[in-house]
Amino acid sequence: MQDLTQEILELVRRTSTDLPPDVEAKLRASYADEEDGSAAQGALDTILKNVELARKNSTPICQDTGTPLFYVHYPEGNSTRKIKKMIQDAVVEATRLNYLRPNSVNAITGKNTGDNTGDDHYPTIHFEEVDQDQPLTIELMLKGGGCENVGAQYTLPNTEMGAGRDLAGVRKVVLDAVHQAQGRGCAPGILGVAIGGDRSSSYLASKETLLGEIGEENPNPELNAMEKQITEEANQMGVGPMGFGGKTTVLDTKIKGLHRLPASYFVSVSYMCWAYRRRKMTVKGSEVIYD
Amino acid sequence: MKKITIPISDEAIRELKVGDSVLLSGVMLTGRDAVHKWMNDTFITKKRQPVGDDLEVFEAIKPILDGGIIYHCGPVVSGVETGDYKFVAAGPTTSIREEPYQALVMEHFNIKGVIGKGGMGAKTLKGCQDTPAVYFHAIGGAASLIAQCVQKVLAVHKLDFGVPEAIWVIDVKDFLVVVTMDSHGGSQHAVVEEKSQKVLDGLIKNS
Ligand code: SF4
Repeated sequence: MQDLTQEILELVRRTSTDLPPDVEAKLRASYADEEDGSAAQGALDTILKNVELARKNSTPICQDTGTPLFYVHYPEGNSTRKIKKMIQDAVVEATRLNYLRPNSVNAITGKNTGDNTGDDHYPTIHFEEVDQDQPLTIELMLKGGGCENVGAQYTLPNTEMGAGRDLAGVRKVVLDAVHQAQGRGCAPGILGVAIGGDRSSSYLASKETLLGEIGEENPNPELNAMEKQITEEANQMGVGPMGFGGKTTVLDTKIKGLHRLPASYFVSVSYMCWAYRRRKMTVKGSEVIYD
Repeated sequence: MKKITIPISDEAIRELKVGDSVLLSGVMLTGRDAVHKWMNDTFITKKRQPVGDDLEVFEAIKPILDGGIIYHCGPVVSGVETGDYKFVAAGPTTSIREEPYQALVMEHFNIKGVIGKGGMGAKTLKGCQDTPAVYFHAIGGAASLIAQCVQKVLAVHKLDFGVPEAIWVIDVKDFLVVVTMDSHGGSQHAVVEEKSQKVLDGLIKNS
């Protein structure tokens, strides 16, 4: 198969330096919502200026360029081994060019590899096979440590919050996660929620929901209504941008239901900061299209 | 908006209140998890003996921290191969991880300000009152913009901690921050936490 290292490098550059339009539009709308002259509005103003500058200068939006999470859909017959090698090479090169910070630290020795090489899970690459006539697509999400640290997983029932094994219980624990996070995940944030699964599949799915666009309707009407309700209620809490206080705490909520074991009922919340960096490339023959 | 130049006097610190926006200029250090642990273990609790260049680095940073500022930041830096360093992206990192050490470090080095994001806890707030010092909140994620305030990288210590964890000595101009914890016991973080807790309790109870 053709060598796509340079094209993947371009995907990394775009993801790190150019915030997607849906996110930027939502941040602009939030700026308008906040009170004139408030610390909340000041924070959003700085954020928006930074987004413009990063795009113009092709420098990272945030210095924490996060865990590189790749989602690859490859046509039957492609070599995942080769794609993995191209991704790893592109990540090393992107680090050399300062699109990515050297972020990969050996947990045992404390040593930073210096070039974002790591182990089998770093960078993280998910592969999914598609039909032979489908294009190869690679999506990249950069998820920073600050927001990853405020993610949470609950097991229902939760007596303390009076949260049972139903959607009403889910709502309670998700709101609790927003409160626990305060401004520490660089609010305003986006909530990716998965209900069910086991501990690992649940977190995995909660991150995958974040690949969708802001404001996208959930095909399940019940979940769609709950997404809107949680976003609205989270904003009533008044944590605000950076936790300064204000109207904008959560920009959007995305929920996915999974299958679970009769004994387990997990609710996993992945918190994505405002620096919601995700981009996609599609390879059609010799043509590469970036969204 | 207030303009403050480093080093900062105790009087100037006492004048700052929660909610003040400030433009900071002067020479400061970056330091995050590894640096705080290193400072604490080697020079404060003396759990470990100084080794290698520890004492040399200590002497180099002491005068900068006296009346100065420590910035919780793990930057993206260009020129690491050549030594011609330039800050490319340099927003704040989450400060609460330094909560066990911050007050001790502040008092030990007479640090007047900590810059970070997300705020800190009761121990640091007490340290702010005693030292005196304040907590300056930078805008999390505004990394390209903040890097533009960095006029020059003057030195780097402990690069073996890795680029994000090293001690970078930087000269900044008009770095925009907001005071969210002051030297009079005021904390915007405590206020927002409490208010949002009440709203949460209401939302959860009525359903
Ligand atoms: S939480 Fe996001 S915006 Fe904040 S420092 Fe981390 S990556 Fe950057």
